[in-house]
This record gives sequence, structure tokens and C-alpha cells, in this order.
Amino acid sequence: MGPLESDRRFYPPPSQGGLIRRLCLALASFIVALGSIVAAQAPPVPAAPQPRFVVVLDAAHGGDDPGGKLDTQAEKAYTLSLSVKLRSLLNARGIQVVTTRESDTNVDTNRRAEIANHANAQACLSLHASQTGSGVHLFASSLAPAPPTRLPAWKTGQSAYVTRSLAMAGILNSALQHAGIAVTLGRTAMPTVDSMTCPAIAIEIAPDRAAGSTTKTGLDDPGYQASVAEAIAAAMLEWKTEAHQP
Amino acid sequence: MIARYQTILFGVLLAASVAMGIVLWQLRERAHQRLLQGQDSAPTQAPEVAPAEPATLLVANDADNSLLSQVQTLPLPKDPGARARLILGKLMDLYAAPDAAHPVPGGSSSIAQVFLLPAPGLSAGITTPSSPAKTPEASGPQLAVVNLTGAFAASHPSGLEAETLTVLSICGTLHANLPRVTQVRFLVDGQPRPTLAGHADLTRTYLATDAVPTEGAHP
Repeated sequence: MGPLESDRRFYPPPSQGGLIRRLCLALASFIVALGSIVAAQAPPVPAAPQPRFVVVLDAAHGGDDPGGKLDTQAEKAYTLSLSVKLRSLLNARGIQVVTTRESDTNVDTNRRAEIANHANAQACLSLHASQTGSGVHLFASSLAPAPPTRLPAWKTGQSAYVTRSLAMAGILNSALQHAGIAVTLGRTAMPTVDSMTCPAIAIEIAPDRAAGSTTKTGLDDPGYQASVAEAIAAAMLEWKTEAHQP
Repeated sequence: MIARYQTILFGVLLAASVAMGIVLWQLRERAHQRLLQGQDSAPTQAPEVAPAEPATLLVANDADNSLLSQVQTLPLPKDPGARARLILGKLMDLYAAPDAAHPVPGGSSSIAQVFLLPAPGLSAGITTPSSPAKTPEASGPQLAVVNLTGAFAASHPSGLEAETLTVLSICGTLHANLPRVTQVRFLVDGQPRPTLAGHADLTRTYLATDAVPTEGAHP
């Protein structure tokens, strides 16, 4: 007795109900076969995609707005060179960077915030330089913290991110102090930062004056510049680690 | 031959002309004197010598980004607006001193005017039962509008820290001496200005409590 005869014995004799049942079985096996083919052709599903981490670097001033007057150059030139240096350091650490300007051009305050907000960044750093004070000054927005809303007001967009901005300032403070750089923390009202919808800090680099003496390490000192940039890059790497923690 | 009556008439008319000329000259002299007297008396009024009172100044220090309270004794007028202007003028004098911890040129002339207005907000119209006679304008919170001179803004050192400290020290000093001042706005030469010297926002209304040093301000 062949297999066909065995099959015939297994199935009931053909009748109207049996025919419908056989048709349903055939349809089901066709769907299962089709599903297995599609599954075999589909690419493998990645386990857990790494979230995107973007840092926005805003070199303040530019074009016909020179900013403050430093020892040997204008603030706009200093912030641009620091932005370029920081971008290299962050890229080397696998961090994606968006800059508000790449040359000596005047970018409007609102445009800077627009660039930062469209980048959907996890950190926004507004870079400044000054002859007054000592070390690095870190400023978070002075806006009061507020819960996030679907349509935040343009001038107070930062209010939903103030708490995270202060946390990021703490990490920057630790990294700079670890590098032996004096840091002062503060809050300020600055149109660019107040409109950013990301954790944002304004970083102002000043000459490093030793406490109680008139000697200072100038802004143009390459070693000082490098140590400040390295410390900021290290802080961003730590911020990235914290941001990716569940 | 001239008739006698014509001679007499000529003499009378001549005498009248001379008399009128003399009167006219005297009137002119009087008018001139009146004008001179008016010019002298218009702007000069001897100032009253106000008694010296202690005033609290929140003095900025660039070295550590701090505001330090300092009491100075000044002759202060009764009018709150004039009082605020004098106190802020003293603060600016400290900043203009050669050894200032927060050097800003300009001195007391940097503050053109200070206007005190009822503060917009919910608490402006609230009166407490213990002081029913007081109107909201007399007892409620106030908004101070500080009009800075253009020369001051132009000569102010550019920098986040320097500009922020100047703004906060003005806000804190106003609140320390006029506790009803809860909000402060800034004008430069009577006009709104985006920033003080490129950084600190001058378009927003500052709360006087912004000037209170926050926790962690000194690492």
C-alpha cells in the first residue's frame, strides 16, 4: 500500500462539508508557506539601536558683530577657533556635531536657536570669551524650570530643559576642575540660550588668573586653550554616557 | 512867516515825541530786566540737605562672580524714584573707581532716570485686611524702569559674566533699598535695547529675586 492510498484512507470520503474543509486547509498551508518565505527574505532586526547623540556648538558673534575685545583678537575669532577645535575632539570621540557657523559670518540670534532646535541635540554649547574674570564661566538660563509643552514659547523654550542644563553644567564643572581650571557657575538671561530646546550652557573662557596674584595664563596660550577644549570634550563624553543610561 | 499857533503846535508835538521816546526806552529796559530775572530764577532752586541714611549696595566681584552686600551712608531724598537713582549712582561710582572689583566706566551719570510703576501681575491689586486704607498703588509691588545712558552701554565691558553681574547688582540693590520693587526693566537712552553689551538680555523683565545668589554659585 503506497502513501497515496494511506492518505485517502485518512481523509473522509468526499462530500460538500469535506471539500470546504480541504479548501480551508490548503489555504492555511499556503499562507504559512508565504509567511515563511517573506520572513526568510526580511533583514534581521537589530537588537537595540544606539540612540543618536548630537552636540550643537554655537560660536558666538561673527561678521559685523565682533563681540568683546580680547588681548590680540576679537571674541568672534576666538570662539570660532574654539568651535573648530572642539568639533574635531568630539568627532574623534564618536559624537556628532552641528555648528551654527563655520566662518566669519553674522548669524542672527534666532537663527542660532533654530539650528540648535532643528538638530534635536542632547547638548547645546554657546561659546564665548572675555577678558574679565578668571577661568571658565558656566552659565545656565535664569528661566524658572517648567514642564515641557507641545508648543513652547520661543523666548522661554529653555525653561523645560533648565534642570537638565544644570545637570550638564555640573558635569562640565567637574571635568574642568579635574583639568585644574578655575570655574564659576551662574545663571543668566541670554536670548540664544533661552530659546534653545535642549540642555544648553553658555561657556565663557577668561584668562586663568592665579588666586591672589596678577599673573595669568592668557586666552591665546595654546596649552590653556587645549586643556579647556579637552575638558569640555571629556565632559560631553560623560554626558553622552549619562544620557544613554536607562 | 510861520503863524504863532503853528509854532506852538510844533513845540507841543516835539515835546510829546521826546516824552514818548523816553517812555518807550524805559519800557524796553523794564522788559529786558524782566527777561533777565526770569532766566535767573527758572532752574535754580537750592536743594534741601537730606539727612544721611544707610543704603545697602550689592557690589559685584568679577573674580568669583559674586554679589557682596555693602552698606554706605548717603544723603537720600524722600522721593522713591530720586532715591533709587541716587543709590544706583553710588553703585556706579564704586564700579568706576580705579581699584574696583567689577570695573565699569561711567560713574553716577550712567543712570539717567529710575521710574517706579505698579508691577503688572496678580499681586498688584491685593490689599491686606490690616491695611484697608492703603491703595494698591501705595502698597503693592512695583516695577522699576531703569533708564541707562547710551554712553554707559557703549563703554560697558563686553562679556557674559560682566554684563550679568551689572544687571543683577542693579536689581539686587533696588530690591534691598526699596523692598516693594520686585521687577526691573531696562532702557538705554529711553529706548529698548536687545543686550547691554552683546550678551545680557535687556528686553526681559528681571525679577528682583534673580539677584539673590543661587546655591552652587560658588564652586
